[in-house]
Amino acid sequence: MTEPKKSFQAADIALLALTALPIAAGIALKVLLIPASEGIDIRGAFIFFTVRLPFAEIPVTESQINSWLVILTVLFACLYLTHGIRAGVKTRRQLAAEWVVEKCEGLVVENMGEYFAGFSPFIAAVMVLSALSSLLSLCGLFPPTSDLNVTAGWAILVFILITYYKMKCGPLNYLRTFTQPVPFLTPLNVISEVATPVSMAFRHFGNILSGTVISALVAAGLQGLSHIVLGWLPGKLGQFPLLQVGLPAALSIYFDLFSALLQAFIFAMLTMLYVAGAFDYDLYVKRREKKNKSATYGG
Amino acid sequence: MLELAIGIILGCCALGAGVAMIAGIGPGIGEGNAVAKALEAIGRQPECRGTVTTTMLMGCVVAETTGLYALVIAILLIFVAPGRFVKILLENVK
Repeated sequence: MTEPKKSFQAADIALLALTALPIAAGIALKVLLIPASEGIDIRGAFIFFTVRLPFAEIPVTESQINSWLVILTVLFACLYLTHGIRAGVKTRRQLAAEWVVEKCEGLVVENMGEYFAGFSPFIAAVMVLSALSSLLSLCGLFPPTSDLNVTAGWAILVFILITYYKMKCGPLNYLRTFTQPVPFLTPLNVISEVATPVSMAFRHFGNILSGTVISALVAAGLQGLSHIVLGWLPGKLGQFPLLQVGLPAALSIYFDLFSALLQAFIFAMLTMLYVAGAFDYDLYVKRREKKNKSATYGG
Repeated sequence: MLELAIGIILGCCALGAGVAMIAGIGPGIGEGNAVAKALEAIGRQPECRGTVTTTMLMGCVVAETTGLYALVIAILLIFVAPGRFVKILLENVK
């Protein structure tokens, strides 16, 4: 067993610090730039500044900034986990990294089949991004997933993937699937096709946002109640938040921790199921064989 | 008169949001049924626990969709619609 080098450890510590830095930067931004609010406060993402382009104005909002901070955190965490990785070495960190990769590949192959094994990095990225974005609310930051634009962007990405894999069996076959089982159902088929990304975006957004709204309402209600109970006491004692101790924390465990992780898992699962369901592997193989045959005999 | 009109807009938006959330009943009953059946299945075959739980969650999620549409409509009615409607009203009054 050789002694690990000093520079090696320094790089580790630097990477760990960089992993925590984006979250700290987010908190600092929030404290410095966003005005504090009184009472019940349910509002959308704060607009930091607006980029004026000739054709449009692009507002840069809290959800974009927080998404980028999450992306940076994931990047540095990945760099930390894979730093100094070697075959045959059994350090705790390398085992953790291998466990993550193996679990994700197992999940993808189990749900999508061998053909889609290359999808596991994408699925892992979606899951981690979604989970960490929602968990940002634990640090008091605005969770990007409670902004419809963010989840709609992910859902549109999934929709493009679905359409691509449906098109892979030929554009004509893709168009023909709309007239199944009977031609006059075509409008309904088009609607159900569009409903897929819409429901995916609304599901994630609605679950996270409803958690935020209910938590804010409960906290405000408890504030009113404890004011009724202790309001007659003089001075600072009258403002003691007696009933706000405990219950909001229990709600937070459900809405912030459980719901956030569940929604991340569900978004990734639905991505896998929809993309895998869009691809007809047998038809694809049949078409490819036909094409190869005509190419050999024709040429 | 204008106050009355704005009051009607605000009140009707709140009422509409409340009525929209009646849709929450359906997913509640449906998901309850799904979980009950999943528990029965786990009771019968405890070794299938993982698969049954995952499948049940996916089913619950799909059943939840209608409820979430109602939730989004309610959120729009509370946070977005009043401002829009009042703006339209004020533009028309001028």
